[in-house]
Amino acid sequence: MADRQATGYTLLFATAICIVCGILVSSFAVSLEDLQDENAELDKRKRVLEAVGLLQPGERVTPEEVADRFAPIDPVIIDLATGEAQADAAPATFDQQRRARNPSTSVELPRNKASVKRLPDQVLLYEVRGDDDELEMVVLPIEGLGLWGTLYGFLALDADTTTVRGITYYLHKETPGLGGEVDNPRWKARWTGRRAFDEDGEFQLAVIKGQAAGAEEDPYRVDGLSGATITSNGVTNMLDFWLGERGFEAYLARIRGEAN
Amino acid sequence: MAVKKSEAVLDPLWNNNPIALQVLGICSALAVTTKMETSLVMCVAVICVLTLSNLTISLLRHQIPNSIRIIVQLTVIASLVIVTDQILKAYVFEISKQLSVFVGLIITNCIIMGRAEAFAMQNPPSRAILDGIGNGLGYSAILMATAVLRELFGSGKLYGYSILPTVSEGGWYLPNGLMLLSPAAFFIIGGLIWALRVWKPAQVEMDG
Repeated sequence: MADRQATGYTLLFATAICIVCGILVSSFAVSLEDLQDENAELDKRKRVLEAVGLLQPGERVTPEEVADRFAPIDPVIIDLATGEAQADAAPATFDQQRRARNPSTSVELPRNKASVKRLPDQVLLYEVRGDDDELEMVVLPIEGLGLWGTLYGFLALDADTTTVRGITYYLHKETPGLGGEVDNPRWKARWTGRRAFDEDGEFQLAVIKGQAAGAEEDPYRVDGLSGATITSNGVTNMLDFWLGERGFEAYLARIRGEAN
Repeated sequence: MAVKKSEAVLDPLWNNNPIALQVLGICSALAVTTKMETSLVMCVAVICVLTLSNLTISLLRHQIPNSIRIIVQLTVIASLVIVTDQILKAYVFEISKQLSVFVGLIITNCIIMGRAEAFAMQNPPSRAILDGIGNGLGYSAILMATAVLRELFGSGKLYGYSILPTVSEGGWYLPNGLMLLSPAAFFIIGGLIWALRVWKPAQVEMDG
């Protein structure tokens, strides 16, 4: 055997280890990539179904059932600034995160409460239509800073663009049991029926400290998550941002116009 | 080293526990033990990585140049951890979402490098595998014990099933929020170490 202390042998050994480990890691990463992407996409679809109430939290469903229940839900790509649907865009390959990173399809934002750094020009959202093709709900993607990182989720609004039908998060780094309670089905259920805007069209909805009354008496406030003030404020701020002029204001105005 | 084979597996459980006696691998023990389900997946992942890394290092122990042995160990361990993470993401997506960064942090789990350097570098592969399984189980025992206590008192559940109905679910149990924070794991692991040393006084470190 070669001298284990020789520099040449050391270099040779290091190179060999790197190549072997590199091949091992990359072959696993490449061969499992499709399966992982499928999982992520399926998970996102489940959260959309949860937001519109077509899937109960914790319910176990097969990918086929998810596809079935997704039937009344249309993915639509809209232009954020005008709110118009982009008929030529392909929802299947749409990647909002990538779009937000690309300077030619996004803008850098000044400091804002939701800490959204870059805003894409187009966004993929979902429209839920009834049997008569009447718009029932819209599902808007939302994101914003919590305590440990960005929360990504969906807000389902009624076709009146004001009544909340549901909220879910599919990706966040909040503390389990505290901020992580944004996943708690009981807390999410508190959102149903609250109102995002008042009669004058001002954004009013906020997660408060303590408890709010029922949706009828107290339509603009939602119970805070105890022990998670920063996450709770983060949720309020991201709704404020995404329902505001930088967010879906133009789109929501268009929907309201079409309904009347 | 004339360790009996059964001892190589059983010793790290009570007599030479990597967490309780060697006080290694505490970081992940704090992070993933709020729920039994995530802890269990973490334990399986650590046992696999530890066993395979011990095996690999032991097979290469006569070839690894002394001057770069730590880097070689780290490369092998890091590769195994990335592969584990990829497999979890592909097959148990929901749980890998909850484990988030902590699977990646197995790389920095001192138990794995500790066993590679202290045991696998000097011992034949068969023994190194047993040592890996044993230490993995020792780590798992403490992790699962901590997770049982934290999940039960922190959220009133065991393995996701409600045991103590909590106030927020309409029951009577007011969950102890401290249990869900990392310091709780420190208290529990401290308590476990105490209990273990009362049972086995030989583990008590003498002053001077």
